[in-house]
Amino acid sequence: MHNKNSVLERTKTRLQTKVQATVPVERQVQAAHMVEKAKRMVGLNEPLVFTERPLPDAEDVPLTELDVSNPFLFRQGKWHSYFKRLRDEAPVHYQANSPFGPFWSVTRYEDIRAMDMNAADFSAEPDIIIGDVPLDIEMFIAMDPPKHDQQRKAVQGVVAPKNLKEMESLIRERVCEVLDSLPTDRPFDWVDRVSIEITGRMLATLLDFPYEERRKLTYWSDTISGIAEATGGSTHQDEFFEATADLARSFMALWHDKEARRQQGEAPGFDLISLMQGSEDTKDMIKKPLEFLGNLTLLIVGGNDTTRNSMTGGVLALNENPDQFEKLKANPSVIPNMVSEIIRWQTPLAYMRRVATRDLHFGGQFIRKGDRLLMWYASGNRDERQFDNPDDFIIDRANARNHMSFGFGVHRCMGNRLAEMQLRILWEELLERFDDIKVIGEPEHVQSNFAKGYSKMMVQLTPKSDA
Amino acid sequence: MATVTFVEHDGTAHEMDLVEGESLMQIATENAVPGIDGDCGGEAACGTCHVIVDDAWISKTGARTGQEIQMLDMTPECEANSRLACQVIACQEFDGLRVRLPEFQM
Repeated sequence: MHNKNSVLERTKTRLQTKVQATVPVERQVQAAHMVEKAKRMVGLNEPLVFTERPLPDAEDVPLTELDVSNPFLFRQGKWHSYFKRLRDEAPVHYQANSPFGPFWSVTRYEDIRAMDMNAADFSAEPDIIIGDVPLDIEMFIAMDPPKHDQQRKAVQGVVAPKNLKEMESLIRERVCEVLDSLPTDRPFDWVDRVSIEITGRMLATLLDFPYEERRKLTYWSDTISGIAEATGGSTHQDEFFEATADLARSFMALWHDKEARRQQGEAPGFDLISLMQGSEDTKDMIKKPLEFLGNLTLLIVGGNDTTRNSMTGGVLALNENPDQFEKLKANPSVIPNMVSEIIRWQTPLAYMRRVATRDLHFGGQFIRKGDRLLMWYASGNRDERQFDNPDDFIIDRANARNHMSFGFGVHRCMGNRLAEMQLRILWEELLERFDDIKVIGEPEHVQSNFAKGYSKMMVQLTPKSDA
Repeated sequence: MATVTFVEHDGTAHEMDLVEGESLMQIATENAVPGIDGDCGGEAACGTCHVIVDDAWISKTGARTGQEIQMLDMTPECEANSRLACQVIACQEFDGLRVRLPEFQM
């Protein structure tokens, strides 16, 4: 059985290498899809399906059986106690039998930072989520130096502070449009009307993607990052392949359209694709479609889930801590620090995965070459060794900026300043308009071990009395 | 008292007392010098305390090494004398040191 599987895998890899340059990328995605379907038919590949059951309390589970890869851990609010137990009793913890295979969890702040800094011993290749994506798309978040550095440098300009300065007024305009259209006489879904809307508009702008089709970006991003095999989400493989092929088709067309316009003498824009076409390192990326697709996916997912869930999380945190809301209204100059605290408190991406490149000792454990390790930022951000009262949301927390949600080392989030700017502007404009943003009922959480997110959160706005 | 001067990108200079044994990042953040973030707390892990050492001083402070090179390499404003301030530990010999700040910290 294993043999047949590796034959199919080898065939897939060989085909992908051979056809990279000649076959349209959506055909390649379809071909990979057919291989996976064939595997399924002969019983080599059983798609993962997760069924939600109530999780036991952390103290009722034997330490070796604690499985923090469970995609319902966040939804059921058990993650605080699970990770606290790991931090205290097994800071480098081995789980031998997860649905994703065996993996290590690293849960203390200092250990995570040390690991994130050590790209030589802990490789980001081939993927940064716990499971395997059934398509070999290549993205620089999952590449090691020096290839990582080249590709990242080519595109980071689009979200670099220099570009952002030019964009601040545009971002504010977009935020104001969204906020001014919100109802104040009835409850509405904050996730759909605000968090998705603002991040979708920004992403469409950065990619120069057709503005009225921006919800496609959200759909692709959610579908791709929600694949069951990779993050325990609810996306079926078939849906994943269809979404990926659709995304590939759209962006190949966008690339060719831009190239044609450039050849006709049109000045290149300052969007992502124009930047890629203008850089020596990436101008031919279209010839390596899986790399092209990978890096686009990275930027779409990276710019979508993260800021969106921090936009929702901030409102939730202030509702759970009304004294902090009062503090904020009394002193809006605390907003920039509060933005860091929101990003710490929310930690929209719970972890990044690494693979040991050699046998080594880490945190008192013996790690073998090839072992998977997860750096749990969500736990490091609640590590009482680093943050006082880590579960409290304190908008003027002195060391809020030291949060690890952006990661450390060469893979540190390149969109960090854009994310901070979007959140800062959102809160500045919210305080201008509203006295209260009341969360109604419980928010709905996304099924995932990777994205700490919300699918729905009803709120009721109270306009400012003097506005 | 020995001093160190941080010059913002727009030319605004901030002269601070030099505390022996502290990093330039600590001296800057303790005195709220604008433009130095120090997000990782001083481990050369975030690249947000980038400074550019005046030519006259680079032999005393030394050039960047190891992890610092890796982090600074990704910054478009990286220059020959770029350092991470958290990796430059102040001593009495630094009296009069001037460092410039880039326009942005990544």
